[in-house]
Amino acid sequence: MRRYSAFAIAREALRYHQGWERAWASPAPKKRYDAIVVGAGGHGLATAFYLGRNHGITNVAVIEKGWLGGGNTGRNTTIIRSNYLQDPSAAIYEKARSLYETMSQDLNMNVMFSPRGVIMLAQTEHEKRGYLRTAHANAAQGVDTEFIGPEKVKQLVPIINIDGPRYPVLGGLWQARAGTARHDAVAWGYARACSAMGMDIIQNCAVTGIETEGGKVKAVNTSKGRIETGKLALVVAGHSSELAEMAGFRLPIESVSLQALVSEPVKPCMDVVVMANTVHGYMSQSDKGEMVIGGGTDGFNNYTQRGSFHHIEETVRALVETFPMISRLKMLRQWGGIVDMTGDRSPILSKTPVGGIYVNCGWGTGGFKAIPGSGWAMAELVAKDAPGPLAAAFGLERFREGRFIDESVAAGVAH
Amino acid sequence: MLILDCPYCGIRADETELAPGGEAHLTRVGPEGSDAAFESYLFDRKNPKGVHFERWRHAAGCGKWFHAARNTVTLEVYGTYPAQVTEPPKALLAAISKKVPGWEGWQ
Repeated sequence: MRRYSAFAIAREALRYHQGWERAWASPAPKKRYDAIVVGAGGHGLATAFYLGRNHGITNVAVIEKGWLGGGNTGRNTTIIRSNYLQDPSAAIYEKARSLYETMSQDLNMNVMFSPRGVIMLAQTEHEKRGYLRTAHANAAQGVDTEFIGPEKVKQLVPIINIDGPRYPVLGGLWQARAGTARHDAVAWGYARACSAMGMDIIQNCAVTGIETEGGKVKAVNTSKGRIETGKLALVVAGHSSELAEMAGFRLPIESVSLQALVSEPVKPCMDVVVMANTVHGYMSQSDKGEMVIGGGTDGFNNYTQRGSFHHIEETVRALVETFPMISRLKMLRQWGGIVDMTGDRSPILSKTPVGGIYVNCGWGTGGFKAIPGSGWAMAELVAKDAPGPLAAAFGLERFREGRFIDESVAAGVAH
Repeated sequence: MLILDCPYCGIRADETELAPGGEAHLTRVGPEGSDAAFESYLFDRKNPKGVHFERWRHAAGCGKWFHAARNTVTLEVYGTYPAQVTEPPKALLAAISKKVPGWEGWQ
């Protein structure tokens, strides 16, 4: 792999940019791999990357039904934060956030991590108490957050209306080290680094069946042939239930559509991310100037990748109330992604009833921020056949034992 | 926008006046059931990419619970039927089988 650098740009500029090599190879699948990761999104590629980097397992294939990073990795609102209430969540999301800080250097790919800060608005007394509690919990967990008053909110976000008629801003949970990153570059960076380690990234390769023998995984059948493996990691977000069905078990997952939209580009007006969970909308401004808006999930199972119209209306209505200046912005694009929701709104990183098969799913509406931490924890689980400290609390057995990591209560809605 | 016919009041209701209730025809595990069976009843879901049987409530209408058979990919609605049943009507299953070749059945 040729390193990207300022020197490389200068060199290529002198020869009409003819010398750039492909970022990753696209080989035909081999007969057998030590480990196969299904799903070349951020989480799958990060899993493969840390399998090689942390555990020395490089005979790995990452197989992907569509194209690399074409699922939720390319469909989110790119927010990165770790201000969670529960200890296991705070640990894995904070690990991820800290890995984002050095990701550009680690992967030699500019992921444009921008620690611009995230405010979660408190707009009811109940929400204010909740965020005060989260701030105290974060202090104990070593996550750097603070509860700020409405004047500080207004100072950080001049375009906000803090005296709204329905839900005045009573303060906010502020995480200064949180921010955004370029989502495509995260997937591309991991893919390039995996390819450089000798891993095979195989796109347009759908899994059609999973072969097991004596309760252990033997091979996967794909649209590009049969591939043997001893370890199979399913990291496919919204399609986890489909693959679990092929392997003969069910997951506590329901897939729904979550949508987002962006406005026409405008001049810089907001340099932090604002989340308003009571009215249900969140917004940030991209480097291109578009206002990036996250909406709500559909209430019913679906795989449509578009979402219902009325959720757009609800989201935009809430945001116009919070940011009156956006009322005449035109919206440019809208899209949806299929998110995998668990009952407690926390992810699953777990062994499964089938030996050698591991699942990493259930990130629901908040997977992008977790990519490096999730890959780190998943790689450890796959390499050692046992969860490490980051993944231990996220096993499937928590549902049977009633040991939920109840972020659905802790976070309200968006997280 | 998703539109379902309420089998009780007959109104063609769009999703803003309906409340989704999740997968239908789950069999409750009794006092003798194992932990695994109870876990499965509470949490494990089929979550199919295709034909899905589910519960809905006509929340902003007659208030009644009913069932719907719907495709989770195309959002095609195959039919709705009352809640007082333990399995989908035979005629509806036959109609779905005809429309969806290779469908593995509702269970």
